[in-house]
Amino acid sequence: MASRRQIASMKQSLFDQGYLDEQFIQLEELQDDANPNFVEEIVTLYYRDSSRLISSMDQALERHPLEFNRLDTIMHQFKGSSSSIGAKKVKAECTLFREYCRAGNAEGCKRSFQQLKREYATLRKKLEAYFQLARQAGPHETACRPK
Amino acid sequence: MESGFSSPRRDAFPAGLRVLVVDDDPTWLRILEKMLKKCSYEDAAYQQGSAELVDGWVSYCLGFEPGRVYKKGFVGRGKTHFVTTCGLAREALNLLRERKDGYDIVISDVNMPDMDGFKLLEHVGLEMDLPVIMMSVDGETSRVMKGVQHGACDYLLKPIRMKELRNIWQHVFRKRIHEAREFESHEGLEGIHLLRSGTDQSDEGIFFAVEDMTCMKKRKDVDGKHDDREFGDPSSTKKARVVWSVDLHQKFVKAVNQIGFDKVGPKKILDLMNVPWLTRENVASHLQKYRLYLSRLQKENEQKSTSSGSKLSEFPPKDSQATFGFQNSAIKQQNDVAVDSLPLPLPLPSHDNAEAKSHECDLKGMVSDSTTEKRRALSSRSIPDTKIRTSLALPLESEGGSHAVFDCTIPATTQYKTWSEPPELKLKKERTPSSSSSSLPVHVAPPPPQRVMASTGESPETTSSKNLAMKTQGFNVSLISDMDFYHKNILLGSEVACAPLDEDLHFYWLQGECCNMNLGLQNIEMPEYYDPLYDSSDYSIVDQGLFIA
Repeated sequence: MASRRQIASMKQSLFDQGYLDEQFIQLEELQDDANPNFVEEIVTLYYRDSSRLISSMDQALERHPLEFNRLDTIMHQFKGSSSSIGAKKVKAECTLFREYCRAGNAEGCKRSFQQLKREYATLRKKLEAYFQLARQAGPHETACRPK
Repeated sequence: MESGFSSPRRDAFPAGLRVLVVDDDPTWLRILEKMLKKCSYEDAAYQQGSAELVDGWVSYCLGFEPGRVYKKGFVGRGKTHFVTTCGLAREALNLLRERKDGYDIVISDVNMPDMDGFKLLEHVGLEMDLPVIMMSVDGETSRVMKGVQHGACDYLLKPIRMKELRNIWQHVFRKRIHEAREFESHEGLEGIHLLRSGTDQSDEGIFFAVEDMTCMKKRKDVDGKHDDREFGDPSSTKKARVVWSVDLHQKFVKAVNQIGFDKVGPKKILDLMNVPWLTRENVASHLQKYRLYLSRLQKENEQKSTSSGSKLSEFPPKDSQATFGFQNSAIKQQNDVAVDSLPLPLPLPSHDNAEAKSHECDLKGMVSDSTTEKRRALSSRSIPDTKIRTSLALPLESEGGSHAVFDCTIPATTQYKTWSEPPELKLKKERTPSSSSSSLPVHVAPPPPQRVMASTGESPETTSSKNLAMKTQGFNVSLISDMDFYHKNILLGSEVACAPLDEDLHFYWLQGECCNMNLGLQNIEMPEYYDPLYDSSDYSIVDQGLFIA
């Protein structure tokens, strides 16, 4: 059984390491009796929907020459979506990608996208571990704000 | 502004707000729904069937497909659910068309795959007359401006915070106040229109600064009156609002066409439409939207043509959007003045007004003249940088005897022959032709905040500014139609046989817009953008027209 302190410190480290921003806290504040697992629900929704964008981006990056406008559109969507769960590092990578896009830097785009996918996957693992721990501790644990 | 504004129904009213959320991103859709519910917009729904709703959420979350519409239920049949979400802009539009009275406010994402959020915004503004809030993860000024230009009442940046949604009801409330006020002003109560022109289109705090205590009192009265019938029961809210059904709109368009664009005016349209319950204000406001809509259409066509217009490559579309947007919103404001018979043109709009007015006079001459007149102008575009200095002094009926003085120096570029003739304005004002500065300074001495004008009765200023504004409106139309006419003429008459007609037409418009920008906001030399195929004189007509339209 995970202790509350364990959960709290795990969450805190996600903030400290820059994976998450305050939007995540917003989500936690929305969690209530009507939706006791709201945060997890949203994160699940995010990963389900954004995987679609990842694969369209994969496809778009294989084209020659690159259609930067299209890349930018997809990334804009991805960024908007990532802002919903407060995925701070992913979002930063989105911004970088779009800068490369505007500069017409194909190499930069590809490199940045690989990095983005890594951040995206890392965050997923971390959040999954966190939710698992939180579930063990009981339904109300996630509603605490990080100190 | 707080005291007389919000208190009466802060508890009751927002709870029943019917919100339509449109976003292609299911995650945001879900978050926004939850936030809106938390804002108590769905309190009633909770009381009546929360279990069902929660179940609905679960299945919704598991089964989201982009493009599917997720209806949470509507007002009626004993059930009241208030937040509707929609993953597709077209579907949202269909929903809105199906139930024109079904929503109070729309929140829409800017970027959606099936339809530009701006386009949705425009449709909603034109057809349903609902307040629309745009949202995006991008906060570029040009984008926000575009949103405002298209009529968005707010522009929120993602991630959207709960506290930003908590107050969205104010947009609905404000709109109703304005409608109520229009309604009342129709019955002879004038003078509290400041708020409308200020809040709808501008963030300028100064609009509020000139509020007057009697206005406050009045607004409170308005509030009180509408407490029961406007907000208590959502089904009885349509007292002052006109829903422009397809039929009604058709009637309107028919009337406009019958009268002819150059002579169109709200009163005439109203007479022709012969709909007893419709007021002149209703028609005027719809006409104004219709004009904006037409000018949007033109602009879209222009944008399409950029790919075919090689000569226009100097103009990055983004820039032209931004500047055009600015003008349009300014103009919208001006039109609002007309609708509301705003007694005192306030700083920003008045600056535009002044400009527009001086245009108006020129245009009057030009428009009423025949084609040959315009052709003739071709050879005579040789005014040596004349500057028309216009200063307006509007004495206010205020205790302090304060004045608002608008100083406006309009640099006339060499192409505008007619500008050399001083414009005739109906307002009390002095004109001194001078050649001092080349910028457009607006000096405003804002009146003391406490007391500005008598709130009842029409002052002479009111009447004249109203007249003027209405006149300007009239000219917008005549110009549009005129230009339309010219298009055709020119296209038929010119020897451009290579390009398809459509492209030419768009192309021509874009040229007009470019010139227009020069005139209004930038000081770029014009001649380099002239297309040798066309008479330059025609451009001067077009761009001035666009400046107003």
